[in-house]
Amino acid sequence: MAWQAIDRSRPAVPEGAPPVLSEAVKEKIRAFFDRYPTRQAALLPALRIAQEAAGCVSLEVMKEVAELLGLAPSQVMDTASFYTHFWPHARGRKVIVLCRSLSCELMGGRAVADAVRRELGIDEHETTPDGQYSFMTEECLGACEHGPCMLINERLHSRVSAQQVPAILQDPDNDRLDIAPSSLYDPPDDRGRTDQASAGGTENR
Amino acid sequence: MGGYEPVLLSNVGLEGSRTLAVYCARGGYQAARRAVTSMSPQQVVDLVKASDLRGRGGAGFRVGVKWGLLPPGREITYLCVNFDESEPGTFNNRYLVDHDPHQLLEGIVIAAHATQARTAYVYLRAEFCETFHVLQRAVDEAYAAGLLGKGLFGTSMSLDCHIHRGAGAYVCGEETGLIESLEGKRGWPRIKPPYPAASGAFGRPTVVNNVESLCCVVHIVARGSGWFRSLGPPGSSGPKLYTVSGPVNRPGCYEAPLGLSVRELVFGDAYARGMIGNRKVKGVIPGGLSVGILSADELDCRLDFDDPQRYGLLGLGTAGAIVINEDTDMRDVLVNVARFYARESCGQCTQCREQTDWLHKIARRIAAGAGRIEDLDLMESLTRTMGMMEGQSICGLPDGANYAIRTLVSKYRAEFERHIQAQRPGSVEETLSGNNRSVYRLPVLAQEAANRKW
Repeated sequence: MAWQAIDRSRPAVPEGAPPVLSEAVKEKIRAFFDRYPTRQAALLPALRIAQEAAGCVSLEVMKEVAELLGLAPSQVMDTASFYTHFWPHARGRKVIVLCRSLSCELMGGRAVADAVRRELGIDEHETTPDGQYSFMTEECLGACEHGPCMLINERLHSRVSAQQVPAILQDPDNDRLDIAPSSLYDPPDDRGRTDQASAGGTENR
Repeated sequence: MGGYEPVLLSNVGLEGSRTLAVYCARGGYQAARRAVTSMSPQQVVDLVKASDLRGRGGAGFRVGVKWGLLPPGREITYLCVNFDESEPGTFNNRYLVDHDPHQLLEGIVIAAHATQARTAYVYLRAEFCETFHVLQRAVDEAYAAGLLGKGLFGTSMSLDCHIHRGAGAYVCGEETGLIESLEGKRGWPRIKPPYPAASGAFGRPTVVNNVESLCCVVHIVARGSGWFRSLGPPGSSGPKLYTVSGPVNRPGCYEAPLGLSVRELVFGDAYARGMIGNRKVKGVIPGGLSVGILSADELDCRLDFDDPQRYGLLGLGTAGAIVINEDTDMRDVLVNVARFYARESCGQCTQCREQTDWLHKIARRIAAGAGRIEDLDLMESLTRTMGMMEGQSICGLPDGANYAIRTLVSKYRAEFERHIQAQRPGSVEETLSGNNRSVYRLPVLAQEAANRKW
């Protein structure tokens, strides 16, 4: 998570604003409670679910997750800011994570990264104006034999060449998994998430 | 595979190898049944001790000894499975679980019996999305079949197994970093002692084992410790999964007894089958990024727990080889490696946070054509002033950076010098007059460098 500036001239969470997380999302998070002896241990799953539902881990989300888990908001921010997978600002509907580790770079990872940038017209940690794609690189995706590889949401694309990038990005099903995903982490209401993400995405630009 | 019949990967490639039905049809969960119904926990610990199984995650600590360190008379024990496989070049655990998730679950059942743990957490790295769904499905299946949950195999043993997904941090592969992350905190490794065996997750005695180690346990119970010790050289017993990536003909995951030579792994018919386009090998990073690099004339290094040290490497690591061919500019490799540690340092210890960053900066300026010969000495000296071995850091991450960068700089020094000497005259001065002047102001310069006029 990148550095973020907090505007202190306005309240971080507007007074009387409706909650960001729906009751269904909270229920999904509560289902993780009895897995761990402490509430705090459910924080990583909670943030993941909340991010799926709200599009990002914003200050509002942190505050509501803190309330749900009985933590101080600062504890939630402390943890959330440590991990690269939590976005403080809105993401696109699809997040492209490109591997830039040595194995992938040796196989041409940089050319793929350039192709993605060129194709989408955005740089790392940016979102396309239509809210469709966000782009980031990561140190290793653990799929070195398939290098260069990239994730689009949960789907891994392996042995990607720069020439293939436009076709991959145009495929509407490029984030569909071959295996039926477990429902544990899925957002309960997929439509809600999409609207949130796209609205946030344009606002962010 | 040279007369060796794969054990850990025996189910790979079978139709439906991810399903419980196929796993059981191939004799699955028989070892767990035997361990739980007819062996005492101590007997399992003794068996694994006798097998001399050393952890496959990198450090090579003996699994049986680790289990034996748990305090007697404890009430609650946690078993954590380290599936935060983030070492670049390593994907053996992912490969194993993608194809054969029940093998891991059987290993978990046996380990939980041996350690008397009633809750197991599989710490799975965030990037393994499909693997998560594969493993979660296997867990669901195992619960439904009574292989997890209450009353396993008709005994009073109960075991809950949860998958805990990480959120993208290399340092969570360190066992105490993993525990912190499991507890919902930032993945900052803890100062040891106390070791996890005494006080780990949630302050309770905890065992953290690698995925491949637990899979080995299944076969030790099934085939005996004598079989296990008969494989590989003394001190490095058992089968090992080797992974190869980079510009080779057949990158992938291969199984062989410990002690396979790097040359065999890269060129053997049963393994990677040589380089793409018959290019020459320039170097091999044989055990995940952190162990360091072997030059082209050191390929006879055997991958076991002892031989890599003779080549100046940190150790076996994860046996994940990254092969580099002759067309590669080693400056790019240096920048990539240095960036990895600079990005993944968790920031807790000053030496690691600052020095990995400086190493990255120095590597970048060498690659940008503004390097100096003494930068190479500087990098080498930086790699001797941080890390657990130097007593400066809490975890081993900077040791990995040390070995990776030191071996690169020392073994390819001639090439770096050639590049630096071929730089345009005045390029260093030009960089100095630019706005990144601070890049040259290093806080840890040796005395002679500090006296130099800039």
